[in-house]
Amino acid sequence: MRAFDYIEIRVPAKPQYVSVIRLTVSGLASRVGFSYDEIEDLKIAVSEAVTNVVQHAYKDHEEGEIVIGNALYHDKIEVMVSDYGTSFDFQEVKSQIGPYQENENVALLREGGLGLYLMETLMDEVRVNNNEGGVTVFMTKYVTREQVNSNVQSITT
Amino acid sequence: MNVNIQFREDGDLLVGFIEGEIDTYTAPVLREELEVINLSEGLTIELDLSNVNYMDSTGLGVFVAFYKKVVKENAALKLVNLSGRLTRLFEITGLSELMEIEKGGATNASI
Repeated sequence: MRAFDYIEIRVPAKPQYVSVIRLTVSGLASRVGFSYDEIEDLKIAVSEAVTNVVQHAYKDHEEGEIVIGNALYHDKIEVMVSDYGTSFDFQEVKSQIGPYQENENVALLREGGLGLYLMETLMDEVRVNNNEGGVTVFMTKYVTREQVNSNVQSITT
Repeated sequence: MNVNIQFREDGDLLVGFIEGEIDTYTAPVLREELEVINLSEGLTIELDLSNVNYMDSTGLGVFVAFYKKVVKENAALKLVNLSGRLTRLFEITGLSELMEIEKGGATNASI
């Protein structure tokens, strides 16, 4: 038997579907056994990746699609968010993002660019792959709390 | 899924109750609602987020933009009744050091 279940979701790259993806992945994560807080982290990270595609990848043509691949293991989930739009340079983007600093000038505060930072903070691993067809964001989150043993029998009365 | 804001005015204090989820789909709605607020010197705007049950970086972007506008007009902005989740989002992004935020009571702590 394969070590994981694979579930793929394919939606048009439109903002109204970001919440649908978020809720679907949240449902999958609860099957793996993640805690409430871990699922909330995952929801934000996945939304950030999908939002990024919706906002940037298909600026000029609206016919784009997003593919979200989910691999469910017994102790982790791998989420792959893929588009076929414009690629971006991960290192370059990464150098321009990050948390705000305490002494920043309010008038110059950035109003975006936190997406990738949040993905990296809320997930255990994040990799961005630029290929000819587009960008794939690959994220992993591990279950941290102790899982209930799956072969424990329930008590019947 | 949607976002909605209702205002209550009390002298120099304007309280906005925000309800719903803030993401890339709903953020433009919230942005517009905040943009039409008539900012004047000495005005304090308090945004109550107790009924915001989801928010990501697009929501943070809306609040940062609004905060900049508020500061420019010499008004004040306070975000109140944040859930534990929302507080964490403001903390890990460093925004809690820049903006005035207030965590909510025990009833919202786990949301």
